[in-house]
Formats: sequence, C-alpha cells, structure tokens
Amino acid sequence: MRRWLPFEIGRRGFLGAGLLAAAAAAASGRSASGQPAGHSGHGNMAPSPDGAAVPAHRLAHGAMITVGDVDDARNGFDPTAMLTDWELGEVSTLPDGRRLRTFEVFVEDKEIEIAPGVMFPAWTYNGRVPGPALRAVEGESLRIVFRNYGSHPHSMHFHGIHSARMDGIPGAGLIGPGEEFVYEFDAKPFGCHLYHCHALPLARHIHKGMYGLFVVDPDPALHPDMADVARSRLLGTPENARWQEMAMVMNAFDTTFDGENEFYACNTIAHCYAKKPIRVEKHRPVRIYLANVTEFDPINSFHLHANFFDYFDQGTTLTPTLKTVDLIIQCQAQRGILEFSFADHEAGLYMFHAHQSEFTELGWMGMFDVVEAVS
Amino acid sequence: MNEHVPASAVKAEPRNLLLSAALLLAPLVLLAAAIWWLVATDPLSAFRNGAPPVESLTVERTVLDNGGLRVLVRAGGSEPMRIAQVQVDAAYWEFVQSPPGPIARGSTAWIAIPFPWVVGEGHSVTFVTNTGATFDHPIPVAVATPVPTSGNLVAQAILGAFVGILPVVVGLAFYPALRNAGPRVMDFLLALTIGLLGFLLVDTLEDAFEFAGAAAAIFQGPTMVLLTAAASFLLLMAVARRGGAPTGVALAFYIALGIGLHNLGEGLAIGAAFAAGAAGLGTFLVIGFTLHNITEGIGIAAPILKVRPPLRVFALLALLAGGPAVIGMWLGSLAYAPHWSALALSIGAGAVLQVIVEVVALLARGEHGRARLASPAVLAGLAAGVTFMYATAMLVKI
Repeated sequence: MRRWLPFEIGRRGFLGAGLLAAAAAAASGRSASGQPAGHSGHGNMAPSPDGAAVPAHRLAHGAMITVGDVDDARNGFDPTAMLTDWELGEVSTLPDGRRLRTFEVFVEDKEIEIAPGVMFPAWTYNGRVPGPALRAVEGESLRIVFRNYGSHPHSMHFHGIHSARMDGIPGAGLIGPGEEFVYEFDAKPFGCHLYHCHALPLARHIHKGMYGLFVVDPDPALHPDMADVARSRLLGTPENARWQEMAMVMNAFDTTFDGENEFYACNTIAHCYAKKPIRVEKHRPVRIYLANVTEFDPINSFHLHANFFDYFDQGTTLTPTLKTVDLIIQCQAQRGILEFSFADHEAGLYMFHAHQSEFTELGWMGMFDVVEAVS
Repeated sequence: MNEHVPASAVKAEPRNLLLSAALLLAPLVLLAAAIWWLVATDPLSAFRNGAPPVESLTVERTVLDNGGLRVLVRAGGSEPMRIAQVQVDAAYWEFVQSPPGPIARGSTAWIAIPFPWVVGEGHSVTFVTNTGATFDHPIPVAVATPVPTSGNLVAQAILGAFVGILPVVVGLAFYPALRNAGPRVMDFLLALTIGLLGFLLVDTLEDAFEFAGAAAAIFQGPTMVLLTAAASFLLLMAVARRGGAPTGVALAFYIALGIGLHNLGEGLAIGAAFAAGAAGLGTFLVIGFTLHNITEGIGIAAPILKVRPPLRVFALLALLAGGPAVIGMWLGSLAYAPHWSALALSIGAGAVLQVIVEVVALLARGEHGRARLASPAVLAGLAAGVTFMYATAMLVKI
C-alpha cells in the first residue's frame, strides 16, 4: 500500500492512465476559459480586483513578483535614492596643493528588509547595503577614516592602486570591533571600482552586505586627447550634468545560509525597480556604474530590453571595451560602465534584468520608465 | 453508641468541603503563580542568545485547479510564523494568505498562488518566512485535484467496489463449498483468517506510521498512531465482550468491521495517490487488489460456517468490510491532511488486532484448546494466510 502514498511515488503511473485519472482530468478540464479537457486550462488567473488600478509594471510580469513593499524608512535607505546618492566626502587642499578627499565609513550590524517582509541580519557600511558609493577624482589623495562598530573584525579592501599596508587584508587595515583605521592612497586608476570587506571567511563577510562602489572620475587635464569624454565622466561638470548617472550593485542574499541565494536584486531590494520604475528622461543619455558582488553564483549579468549600450569594462578606458551590446556578464567583483540612450525610442517602460532567468525570477529585474521630460 | 454521629461532625461538613476545594485549588494556584513569575520576571532571558525562533511548517493539503495552486499549511514554530514570500519553481509569485497575518502555533492557513502549473509535470513550492527560513513543498506530478462531482464520485465508487466489496463477496461465495467442512478444515480456515489479519495489522500500522510521518510535528504522529490503535482495540474488546467472547455471526461482524476499517485506509491511500497525481491506475493493478483482498471474505465466512445465517447478513457483512474502501477513496481524493489518514488507519489497526485476539480465543476454546493452536492444520492455515497475502501484495506494490 505505501507505494500509493503521495510522498514516495515516481513520476507518472503504472500501466497507463486509469479510469479515475481520466475522469478527474475530464472533470477539471471544464474550465471557464474553455480550454480543452484533459489539459488543465488556466485562464487569466490573476485578475485584478480593481481593473483600473493595475500599476503599469504589473502588466509586464503579471503575478510573478514578490508581494508587498519594503519599509525603506525602517531600512534607512531607499533604493531609488541610492541610484544617485554619491558619497563625495570632504575635500580640502594639502600643503603641496593637491586635493585631499576624506571619507568617513563606519560598520554597523543591522537587520535589513531585503524583500517585503523578509529580514536579513546584515553587516553594513554606514548602515546601508550596498555601502556608500564613494566617488573621487583621479589623482586626488584619499583618506578613508574607517570605524568598526560591528561585532566582528572588518576591513575595507579597495580595488585600486595602493600600498600593501593599505590593502585591507588581515594585518593591513583589518580592525576589530571598536577600532579605527585610516586608509590612505591616491585615487587611481580612474574607473568604476568597488571596495569590500576582506575579513575571513570572505564569502560570509561579503554576502552579509559589506561592499560598495568606488568610482574614480578621470581628470580631463590628464587625458588631453579625449578631454571632452573625460569631462562628461567628471561629476560636477556641465558635460556631466547632461548624463543621467546611476549606481547599481548586483547582489543577492542567502537567507538560509546554505550556500544558495534566496533573493537576487540590483541594489539589495528584490524587485525594487520593478515596482518603482526608474524615471529616465529620453533625451538625456544614461550612464550606469554597475558592479557584481553576488556570492555563491559565479557570474551575474545585465540585459537591457529594446536597446543596446556601450560597455567600459572596469571603466578604466575612455573608449568602450564592448560596443553595441544588450547583454554583459560580470564575474564576482567585476564591474563596468554602461552608456546608452533612449533618445530615439518611444516613451514607455523598458525592462532590465539579469539574463539568468533564475536570478530574474528571484528578484533581480527592474524597469526604466522612459518619459519625454521629468517634470 | 458508635452509630451516633456527633452534631459537631455534621456542622463541620461544609467546612470540610471548603477545605477540600481549597486543597484542590492550591496546586493550580501554585502553577498560576509560577507562570506569572515566569512571565513577569523573565528569568529565561539568559537563554535568549540571539538565535532566531524555531520555525516549522507542514503542508497538509495541496489543491491544483484552474485558479492555480492552493496549499493548506500548518505552523509549528516556537512563535507565530509569518510567510513573507512564496516561490514556485524558484520564482517569486504573488499569493494570498487566508486568514492573513502571522500563523499561530498549530494553526493553519490557505496560501493561494495564481501559478500556471503544467499538467503531468513536477513543480516545487518554497515558502520564505520573515526570518528568511525556507520550507520546500514538492509537487511530484501536477494533476488537477479531483473535485467531488457526481461523475468523479461514481468513478471512485466503482473503483472502490472493485478493490473493497467485490473480493469480499467472492470470498464469502466460498461459503456454500466450505459449509460442510470438517473440524480440521475449520481450524485451517480460522488460522488462515488469523494469518491474513496479522498481515493486515502490520500493513495498516506501517501505512499509519507513514502518514503520521507526513503530519505536522504537533500531532506527535507515532505516539498518536499507537495510542489510537490501543484505544480502538480496548474499546472494541470491551464492547464485544459485554456478552462473553463473540462467536458466530457476532465474530464475523467484528472481523468485517476490522477489515472494513483497514479497507477505509486502503481507499484513503489510493484516493490520496490520485490527488497527488501519483496513480495512473491500471487494470492489472485493480485485479491485483481484488485478488489480494479475496481472503478477507473467506476470513469473514470462517466463524459462521456452522451458523447458516440469512442471506442479508452476508450482504451486510460484505458492505461493512468492503464499503469503507469507497468512502476512503472519496475522502482521500479530496486531499485531506495526513493526520486524518493516520488516525483512520490507527483505528483500523486496533480493530484488526481485536479480531485477531477473538479468533485466537475461538480456536483456543474447547477441551484441547492449547494443543489445537499448535496443530498442523492451524500452523498450515497461518502460513497459508500470511503467504497468500504477501504474495498477492506483490501484485500491487509498485
């Protein structure tokens, strides 16, 4: 008898479908949508209770999305604001005339809501995941005052050029709880970089939320051949003001700590830009500083719908390393700059997501709401 | 002199009553005080080590229909649980929980997911709680859950009759041929009955434990099965022995009841297999079940070979022993929670044990009772009963 039980059965039956199975299928086949019997028909299964109130994004993915909204105020960070919330630090001038840029970063253990109703015990830089998007200019002298208010040893390991003493690995800037360290190095090379904690075990520290963008804008004076391009990348110039720049970090969360992620996202909150599409003015070009810090999966990817972009791998060049693509892949800690324009497009919702369907369906997808002009 | 009751003693009676009431209340007051102290002063705070609450979620029913998936879950956590998100096949889907909100320990809630499932293929549902814990529920083969339409009920009744009633009728049909059996053949037949009942007891308990294993931890599956079986055994023993040990028609009635309860479990399991999409029931399999159950009819007939009851008694016995298979199939196909199946099977196990005891008692009665139990006819009957059941079970085990 026990082989009949629902939990020990192999697929399908024994000697073909019997009288009952056929009867059951026939009975259930009488669907309102008039689908043929014997084939379970699904009509429009998720009708909106109020047809008029369907948000536009809802049309794009139907019922396949997380339920509810994340409390951004409780988290203390808002994924939409995070797109443009660059951390510029304090700028002063050194005796030798060089510019000194000082950042202050602290570590805090913090429970954050990574998807509606799902809490994650994160380790954060400045109380947010990803950590602050630090932005400097090529050639500046940098000081990062780092304080560890967390419960474990932590560090900031910058992807950049610096001395061994400043590397943020054990013995070189890795500090215990309650301690402070100042990282000092020059901002080079220009590009789209990142920093992350290099305490051990590495995977756990990174996965818990200890990472952020570290963008170094090119100094136009150092690139006379392409000064215009360099200026467009330099935050604060009129050339740069045309661009709609965004900071995006592709990350994921393993809420069961079994080495497999339950939630994928761009900027932490699953489906955040699907539910609140990113407003894009169609006549202004878009530049995305994109990094992948997803743990446990070897790669992540970025796919833009209905459009193509130029890609600058690691952002260390002023000419694209890949021209006219609609998909790039990044391994862990890989990053780059995407440049594209919707100038010739109709206004509307344009999707973007990882092109690993699994990541997409577990939260990493969003929409650009391309409009004529942001009012 | 001693008979004289002093007036003071009479007066003291209400006070004694009060006293005993107070004494009765004292332990309860002590308990209440201890609980109050525990809540008020929280001496357990030292044990609060930052660990998340223990969570447990059991899926009791899965219904697949044109609206998608509906799943009945029972929470068993140390604190009320919140289902924050639901994945189907590693994708987040909107869902509606009713009743909404946290699910208290031991409570159930329906989760409805508008998921376009694919008939005949496998799916996997994953519940994500607010702490990020996940609970997987596989759907090995998706088929529409049978709904109790008249067409379905008739089809299931026909199948139930083939599996439950027909073999009993066939077994009882041996009655005229066996009526003139000598004492040796009688012993053989009664022992055969014990053998088949022994097989059913093991089979029923095994199934009960299997269902119990799938039930929520709060029901303490194995304990529930054993206690229920014991209670059912003792209750039936008490009822049956009111007028002495049952013999003849009464014994046949109890055997039919035990077999009927076993067949109820069999029907439940087959119905559940349909609900889970497991069974494409072949003709061969139905014949296997019929053969397997034929001895049940012979077993019921054995105690009444010398009684010659009217025909309607046979009809009632066949209905009592086989009919529950139909009811079981109806209930099972509606995908009821596993603890109900475990409960029904445990009652059946107790009933089967009761008739084993009674048939053994019947054999052991008389002058040479003890010797009779070890006679070649009885031993051969036992062996034949168990072997026949085991061999025919091979036809239906997949």
